[in-house]
Amino acid sequence: MKPRSKRLMLLGGAVALLIGAVALVLTAFQENLVFFHTPTEVAEGKAPSGRTFRIGGLVEPGSIKRAADGLTVQFAITDTAKVIPVTYKGSLPDLFSEGKGAVVQGKMGPDGQFTASEVLAKHDENYMPPEAQHAVDQAQKTAKTVKQ
Amino acid sequence: MIPELGHFSLILALILALVQGVVPLIGASRNRLALMTVGRAAAQGQFLFIVFSFGCLTWSFINSDFTLQLAASNSHSATPLIYKITGVWGNHEGSLLLWAMSLALWTVAVTVFSRNLPEIFMARVLGVLGLVSTGFLLFLLVTSNPFDRILPGAPDGRDLNPLLQDPGMIIHPPLLYMGYVGFSVAFAFAIAALLSGRMDAAWARWSRPWTTVAWVFLTAGIAIGSGWAYYELGWGGWWFWDPVENASFMPWLLGTALMHSLAVTEKRGAFRSWTVLLAIGAFSLSLMGTFLVRSGVLTSVHAFATDPARGLFVLALLVLVIGVSLTLFAWRAPTLAGGGSFGLVSREASLLGNNVLLSVASGSVLLGTLYPLFIDALNLGKISVGPPYFETVFVPLMTPVIVLMMIGPFVRWKGDDGNRVLRKVAPGLIASVVLGIGAAFAIGHVTWRTALGLSLAAWVLIGSVQILWQRLTDRQGAGTGARLRGIPSAWWGMWFAHLGIGVFIIGVTLVGSLNSQIQVKMLSGDTAQLAGYTFTFRGVADAPGPNYAAARATLDVSRGGVTFATLTPEKRFYEAQGMPMTEASIDIGPLRDVYVNLGDQLEDGAWVVGLFYRPFISWIWFGCSLMALGGIFAASDRRYRRLAEREAPAGAARQAA
Repeated sequence: MKPRSKRLMLLGGAVALLIGAVALVLTAFQENLVFFHTPTEVAEGKAPSGRTFRIGGLVEPGSIKRAADGLTVQFAITDTAKVIPVTYKGSLPDLFSEGKGAVVQGKMGPDGQFTASEVLAKHDENYMPPEAQHAVDQAQKTAKTVKQ
Repeated sequence: MIPELGHFSLILALILALVQGVVPLIGASRNRLALMTVGRAAAQGQFLFIVFSFGCLTWSFINSDFTLQLAASNSHSATPLIYKITGVWGNHEGSLLLWAMSLALWTVAVTVFSRNLPEIFMARVLGVLGLVSTGFLLFLLVTSNPFDRILPGAPDGRDLNPLLQDPGMIIHPPLLYMGYVGFSVAFAFAIAALLSGRMDAAWARWSRPWTTVAWVFLTAGIAIGSGWAYYELGWGGWWFWDPVENASFMPWLLGTALMHSLAVTEKRGAFRSWTVLLAIGAFSLSLMGTFLVRSGVLTSVHAFATDPARGLFVLALLVLVIGVSLTLFAWRAPTLAGGGSFGLVSREASLLGNNVLLSVASGSVLLGTLYPLFIDALNLGKISVGPPYFETVFVPLMTPVIVLMMIGPFVRWKGDDGNRVLRKVAPGLIASVVLGIGAAFAIGHVTWRTALGLSLAAWVLIGSVQILWQRLTDRQGAGTGARLRGIPSAWWGMWFAHLGIGVFIIGVTLVGSLNSQIQVKMLSGDTAQLAGYTFTFRGVADAPGPNYAAARATLDVSRGGVTFATLTPEKRFYEAQGMPMTEASIDIGPLRDVYVNLGDQLEDGAWVVGLFYRPFISWIWFGCSLMALGGIFAASDRRYRRLAEREAPAGAARQAA
């Protein structure tokens, strides 16, 4: 092979590798995006069914209940406008408590019950998950516009 | 008084940084030796002032001076001494001061260990480092002054975040920062090379040990951070693809590519522009890591403060650094002569393939980390990218990297015969695949992921033995011992680091395939089974600590009727922060960890207990240690010192006298 065509083949190989790798990354990215919805959006049916998504908001005071096995936890998450019931089996974060911000990730069941696979809470006392804050802000903004 | 001294000292450091950033560069462009040599003195002076400033801050923390805003927010009179000290960098301002101190330390190290560089080159390197330091000190003093006072002082402090009160956190941040900031040296060498147009084998040889040492620090820092997450966050996982972890992983990936690309530039003079680009990229990603972690744009334990002014400042700094360096690159790179040519089957080609894949991997992490932030910033909604994305991407991207890593050392530079390479590599590969699939059956977990992981790991181990054997039999004469001693430490560096990858893969694959966990409700005397282990709950007692209250459970762990460990997980409550925390308890073993955490107490008095079985998890960190060890071997190769002496005999003579 001439040096020139050898160089071209090498370049072609590197570019093909690059394109293949990038295509892989983008496909995986597309498939694994997790969208976020506020409780109001979920209540309005805007959340996808059968796909994992996140809900953020406050843990409704008085809503945390443990099932008889002591491990399954039921609670509700709210943006102060709408309330979404959530079921979760597993350990809760240390800073998970009623009236505090939390983000849950999981799927919506046909019965309107959200089954969480992951529960995130804030990391320290004066810090609110941005997604939870966003949900509450949205709800309050909407509440104001409705009143006016 | 002490904090004011620290503040004043920091201002002096800024002035010296500015001098270091401007004067030597002017000297280099006008070819005035007197101006060029100013850099060293300024760098060393700057280092002393920053160390003094850091000392003042530490003194205030140790003595619980709660008129100091930072101490009042991040320390407490009852905090143990060691956490008073680590509290200094367990916050935004203090950690930036640590960043600045690392940079000053690296700069001084350059003035000491690269004494034999040509004066004009050294001037440019120090100038670039001085400018970076100026930016950071300015950032520190303008937006994040660690020495702000509150008057009257707080009666007591709010304490350090309990998650950070942990032995791992004593060394994780300094190591990680030494790694992050270390890439600034590779960056400065690259910019100096662009400025001078000198980008030859000697340049690559000067850069290599610095890049490798930075990489060693980063590897160790990431590994310790991962270990901390494993036992301190209490979930039994070792890597979460959290944006903060990603922020350190991106420069690691690109830094790994850079180390290999520098090798090609040194040996064969090829990949020059690419090497420079990687050096710019690795440092930019380090800066971006700082930006992501420190600006508060992420939901994370590391986001101490949410202050847009700070975020904007770092962003501006980042844009400036990337913008100026890329402009310089675009302007000067075309003047670089191309390096040696090489064939399709050659060591260069295999390293090129690795470089492309590592860069794409780094880019995929960047995409997964930044895309949600962009979407949010543009008000297009909120999304998140979780571990499934990264896991989907990393297996197919890293598999060819490992394959190339195993083939590369068998291939000759410049060009080789494909059949010859195949004959060398094929037996090991076939044996590994058989071994990997067999092992997957043996452990009773037959999935393609497990088989792939074990095959790759087997290949790394077999290939390592094979390459060592080849190295020993290639040389004629002398005994085996003499031949072993004759191998340069750089080669051992490669060998250990690659072996470390194999050990790491074993850990990752087996813990991913065989781990198990359950959550159980336990009363005193209850037992639970997991993976052949029996856990007996012995009840919960109060166990108050210096600055927290705790409930401590006692569990006996037995196997085959023999009790071999007593674990004591705790549920702590840190009073000053009003924050509960889970403290896991682990029985660490070479082949498996048994891990227990304590959940909530239920109404009937029972406790929720999490039991985890983590086979081979310590191999993950053992593998990382081997990689870091390899880096140390590689950087300590005699060649770097010998050549430095030969290139500047005058300097060496001065040393001797």
